Amino acid sequence: MRAGRVQFGGIVRQVSLDFVPEAVLGDYVMVHVGFAISRVDADEAERTYKLLEEMGVLEAELPPAEP
Amino acid sequence: MKYLDEYRDHRIARALAAEIVQRTTRPWVLMEICGGQTHTIMRYGIDELLPRGIELVHGPGCPVCVTPLETVDKAIALALRPDVILVSYGDMLRVPGSGSDLFRAKAQGADVRIAYSPTEAVKIARANPNRKVVFLAIGFETTAPANAMAAWQARREGLTNFCMLVSHVLVPPAIRALMVSQTNRVQGFIAPGHVCTVVGCKEYENLVRDFRIPIVVGGFEPVDILEAVLMLVRQLEAGEARLENQYVRSVSYEGNLPAQQIMAEVFEVADQKWRGIGPIPQSGLRLRGEYAAFDADRVFDLGEMTVDEPAECISAQVLQGLKKPTDCPAFGMRCTPENPLGAPMVSSEGACAAYYRYRRHKVAS
Amino acid sequence: MSTKTHAEINFELSCPAPLAAKDTILLGHGSGGKLSAELIRDIFLPAFQNPVLARLDDQAIVNVNGQRLAISTDSFVVKPLFFPGGDIGSLAVHGTVNDLAMGGATPLFLSAGFIIEEGFAMEQLRRVVTSLQRAAAEAGVHVVTGDTKVVEKGKGDGLFISTTGIGVVPEGVDLSADRARPGDKVLLSGSIGDHGIAILAQREGLEFETQIQSDSAALHTLVAAMLGVTSTVTPEIRCMRDPTRGGVSSTLNEIAERSQVGIELVERSLPIHEQVRGACELLGLDPLYVANEGKLIAIVAPEAADAVLQAMRCHPLGAEAQIIGTVKKENAGLVTMRTPFGTTRIVDMLAGDQLPRIC
Repeated sequence: MRAGRVQFGGIVRQVSLDFVPEAVLGDYVMVHVGFAISRVDADEAERTYKLLEEMGVLEAELPPAEP
Repeated sequence: MKYLDEYRDHRIARALAAEIVQRTTRPWVLMEICGGQTHTIMRYGIDELLPRGIELVHGPGCPVCVTPLETVDKAIALALRPDVILVSYGDMLRVPGSGSDLFRAKAQGADVRIAYSPTEAVKIARANPNRKVVFLAIGFETTAPANAMAAWQARREGLTNFCMLVSHVLVPPAIRALMVSQTNRVQGFIAPGHVCTVVGCKEYENLVRDFRIPIVVGGFEPVDILEAVLMLVRQLEAGEARLENQYVRSVSYEGNLPAQQIMAEVFEVADQKWRGIGPIPQSGLRLRGEYAAFDADRVFDLGEMTVDEPAECISAQVLQGLKKPTDCPAFGMRCTPENPLGAPMVSSEGACAAYYRYRRHKVAS
Repeated sequence: MSTKTHAEINFELSCPAPLAAKDTILLGHGSGGKLSAELIRDIFLPAFQNPVLARLDDQAIVNVNGQRLAISTDSFVVKPLFFPGGDIGSLAVHGTVNDLAMGGATPLFLSAGFIIEEGFAMEQLRRVVTSLQRAAAEAGVHVVTGDTKVVEKGKGDGLFISTTGIGVVPEGVDLSADRARPGDKVLLSGSIGDHGIAILAQREGLEFETQIQSDSAALHTLVAAMLGVTSTVTPEIRCMRDPTRGGVSSTLNEIAERSQVGIELVERSLPIHEQVRGACELLGLDPLYVANEGKLIAIVAPEAADAVLQAMRCHPLGAEAQIIGTVKKENAGLVTMRTPFGTTRIVDMLAGDQLPRIC
């Protein structure tokens, strides 16, 4: 039974790591009902996010919609 | 919070929405399946950002709503027994059975406790050797591994006072049932990202192949959903039908193998009744024979209960995306979250409940 | 997967019959949402019919020989008894003092009734009473009378406290939930959700990097500062309420209902501490429904809003004050919110207790 302390925006919770045996300190995980179900692939996430960010930057150059 | 906040960025959201508007030349009907996705769409008003031609319909993705009436009745009956501690996820407590719900049972003196995790239920069993702990184990495939772990742990420790009332549903058979129906209008699906995190994407490839329909595995934040919609629209406009993964930060093609392993060890596929839809063959999970001692149905000899009720609600049509909650004459009047007439009004993530909570001012005005 | 062809599923309509009208009290009747409102409307109001009660403000303002007095009562059943930032004793003072303050009253005297379960530790009682006294002294109120009852073991859940307070309402102050008008601004004195999450964290054993403290505090000096800047034109502040059980949502829904106006919030302007946001995310809760014990909402005429906001920010309890919304004519009786995406959604009244979502 592998458990870990997972930080979530300032809260630390004990979470089971049974399903992510490859997770190490510093990794980000998706947690569902107290179990980590996946480990975030930081590089992949970075790559896909950059594309989105570019879109957003272009969009931001247009006049903003009201808040 | 990393991997959360960025996917709520409103500039990116608007950029995606603008792109969708540009790409859409014809009307399309898309369905998202997961209650969490429905919730996000309603809460952030995603559907308001989409062009009028895109219709988002909400599928039967709320495991709380589709838990069969019989299961709720069984849970209530067990909870009322003085030797039983009924442990459940929070959102099940308000689900109406034939005449009561777990909250009311609690008010009558039943020992009903909320757990955030199935391991808490096992903990309660360890701490209360003289009482029988029954855990209401519901959910889609996302929750199945955790629920399986609870059973596995209990068995390993030789606990004699722990069992589970299981009502697990599987998404792909439901999609099949929808697609095969003559009244189906859905042309593209956003597959539930956390279900696929666990079981992978293979099943969805089969669906793409069998029905020639595009499916995008999507996440739960507003940017995720908008990106998934964009990916579907791109395919539909180009006449394509492929499986794509939008939720790459969590979903891989194979899914989570250790999680699948424990599921296979503890559960087996079975026929399942979906509240608001009816029975769908091979669409649920039940505990394997080796876990009979942990199966509340067998431990308590609950037998088969069939409950028939009069039908006034149109939930079957809502769940198929044929009608919107606001099309229902009972919506917001005879049917509200406090007095639900059907499955989609029952949980906070059911389509009708989401509309009622977040959108009924549109109906009023 | 099975390879047989799938026969068309017969979609059966299967719906539950609606549950009969409620014949027992549920926990939800105490959570400050719709059920609570129903209970008051169906049982208490018809029994005690009178115009003062009918206003359903946090306090009652009565006229005794020309002097306006505010009276309020509150009961405290919080579990655990001791939590970061307070305890049932200090809460018992703050809760009632705040109810008086929301009517613009200067709180003067409290009564304190104790219902104690047999077997309760004397040392704990001492702690609670000391804390209560300290809170009263800081607030400048005197506990002038009280009562003690002891109930059998098993019948009392440790300790319940009930406090009733009396205060004096100055001339020209007229605060009530039915006075909001289109154009008015909605002001909030600070971050939301702190108290409810502090309690929940204690109960659920949540661990925080820095502990979340309850915001329990007496608000009457903040109220005085706010009333002060509007000079003799105090009608510029229409209404003040402290968003306790049921959170900001319940309070604003009540005001929208009583004044028959719409209230539109701007999500981006809501002050929420990062840790509270994280806790709410984790637990599947919405901060708009989480209890606060040291915050107030004020509905203020647009021309006075900035001055009142500045006065709040100069006071230690209002340092994070924000204008969070506007009163509108449309959608009367409803509270809506503009999301950062520019879309609008309803902030619905809670039915019973907020249940944590898992999915």
